[in-house]
Amino acid sequence: MEWLMWFSKFENTKPLALIIFFVTFIGIVIYVYGSKKRSQRLESYRDIPFLDDQPGDQEDTKDKQ
Amino acid sequence: MAVTTYSGAEQYNFDVVKKFSVMALVWAVVGMFVGVYIASELAWPFLNFDSPYFSFGRFRPVHTSAVIFGFGGSALFATSYYVVQRTCQTRLISDGMASFTFWGWQTIIVLAAISYVMGYSQGREYAEMEWPIDILIEVVWVTYLILFVGTIMRRKQPHIYVANWFYLSFILATALLHTFNNLSMPVDLFSMKSYSLFSGTQDAMTQWWYGHNAVGFFLTAAFLGMMYYFVPKQAGRPIYSYRLSIVHFWALSFMYMWVGAHHLHWTALPDWTSSLAAAFSILLLMPSWGGMINGIMTLSGAWDKMRTDPVMRFMIVALSFYGMSTFEGPMMSLKEVNALSHYTDWTVGHVHSGALGWVAMISFGSLYHMMPKLWDTKLYSRKLIEWHFWLATIGIVLYIVAMWISGITQGLMWRAFDEFGNLQYSFVESVAAMMPFYAMRAIGGMFFLTGAVLMAINMFMTIRQGKRESAALEAKLAAKMAHA
Repeated sequence: MEWLMWFSKFENTKPLALIIFFVTFIGIVIYVYGSKKRSQRLESYRDIPFLDDQPGDQEDTKDKQ
Repeated sequence: MAVTTYSGAEQYNFDVVKKFSVMALVWAVVGMFVGVYIASELAWPFLNFDSPYFSFGRFRPVHTSAVIFGFGGSALFATSYYVVQRTCQTRLISDGMASFTFWGWQTIIVLAAISYVMGYSQGREYAEMEWPIDILIEVVWVTYLILFVGTIMRRKQPHIYVANWFYLSFILATALLHTFNNLSMPVDLFSMKSYSLFSGTQDAMTQWWYGHNAVGFFLTAAFLGMMYYFVPKQAGRPIYSYRLSIVHFWALSFMYMWVGAHHLHWTALPDWTSSLAAAFSILLLMPSWGGMINGIMTLSGAWDKMRTDPVMRFMIVALSFYGMSTFEGPMMSLKEVNALSHYTDWTVGHVHSGALGWVAMISFGSLYHMMPKLWDTKLYSRKLIEWHFWLATIGIVLYIVAMWISGITQGLMWRAFDEFGNLQYSFVESVAAMMPFYAMRAIGGMFFLTGAVLMAINMFMTIRQGKRESAALEAKLAAKMAHA
C-alpha cells in the first residue's frame, strides 16, 4: 500500500489532475470536431426542440389545441 | 431522431410547471421589493427603524434567498420540468414527486425568510439557512434529481438534448455543494443554532468553493440550459452550433470548480491556491463566451427580431449581459484588480450585472415564451412587455454604473495615504462619499422592480384570459354534445 502515499503529495497530484483533465478535454474536442460524419450527426440534434411542435408553434400563441 | 406529436397536457405534467412559474413571479416581486428596501436603508438609514427585525443584516439574506432560490430556483424548476418533458418527449416519472418538490421548495423559502428575520443564520453567504432547513433542502433536491434523471431515462428521444445536460449538471453540482458546505454540528437537537465542521481558512475555502460554484452551476449552467431551449424556440431556428454547445459545456464543467478561491485573494489562503483560482478564472472566459456567442448567433439571419420581438430582446440582452459579466469576473479575479475591487461595491455591481442582466432577463424571456403556451393562450399585452424591457434595462444600467463609481471610489479612498504614511480618509468618510450612489442604486432597483410588477400583472391577465378561453371552449363543446 506504500504506492498510495504517492497520491498524498500535492506536487504529484496537481500535475496528475492537470494531465487527466487536459487529456480528457482534448479527447472531447477531437471527438466533437474530428469526424465529418459525426459532426453532421451531432449538428442534427439541434432540431430536437422543434420535434414535438405543432403548426403555429413559432408564434407566441397557442400550440396545444 | 424520434418525432412525436405534441398532444399537450395529457402527455406532459404541466401542472407543476404552472405552479412553479407563478411562484417564480411571486418571489421575483417579493425578493426584489426586499432588495429595493435594503438598498434604500443604505441610502436613507432611518428605514432601519432602530429595530433588529428591519435591519440590513437580517433582510439581506431574505432578499438573496427570495431572488436566487425563490425566483431563480422556481424558474429553474419550472423550465427544467418543461424542457425535459418536451425534449425527451415523455411525461415526468412521478406526479407525486413533482408536487413534493413544489411544496417542499416553497416551504424552504418561507421558512428561510422567517428564520432570517428571527435572527437565525449560519453566516455563510447564499447558504444562511440553519441545519433543519438544510436537511429539508437535501430531501427536496434528491427527489428533484431522481425525478429528472428518471424522466431522462424513460425518454422517447434517443439523444439527450444539450439543455438537459446543463440542467443535470446544475442539479448534481448543487447537491454536492449544498451537502459539503453545510456540514455542521447543531448545538442540540432542539436548537436552530449549529456550528460549521470546518474552521479558519478551511471554513472560508469551503464557503467560497460553494459560493462561486453556486454562481457557476446554479446561476450559470442552469440558466444556460434555459437559454439552449428557449432562445431557439423563440427565434424559430435551431441553436447556432451544437458542437460548440458540447465543447463549452465540458469546458465550463471542468473549470468552474477551481475558481472559488479568487474570493479570498490577499487572505490567509496559500498563495498558490489563490493564483490557481485566478488562472482558471481567466480560462473560464473562453467557455463562457462560447455559450454567449452560440446563443446570440442563433439569431443570425433574423436580426430583425431584435426590433420586432420584445421577448427575443430580453433573451439577447440577457446574453449580452452574460458576456459582459463573464468578462468583468475574470478581470476582477486578477490579484492586482482584486486588491482594489474586493470588499467594495464594485463586487455588488458585478453580481447584479450577472443576476439582473443575465439570470433575471433570461428568466423573464423564457417565462414570457412559456407561460402563454401553458395556459393555451396569447400574451395579454405586448406593450407591457416593451415597458418591462426598458424599465429593467434602465434599472440595471443605473444600478451597475452607481456601483462601479461607488466601488472604485471606495477602493481608492481606502488605499490613499497622506505624506506621513497615515490613511488619508477615515472609513466613515468613505461611507459618506457613497450616499449619492446608494440613492442611485436604490432608484435603479425601483425601476427593475416596477418592470417585474408589470410582468406579474401581464402574466396574471394572460392566465385569466387563458382560463376564460378554455372555459368558453368547454361550454361550447358541452353545448355541441348536448345537441348531438
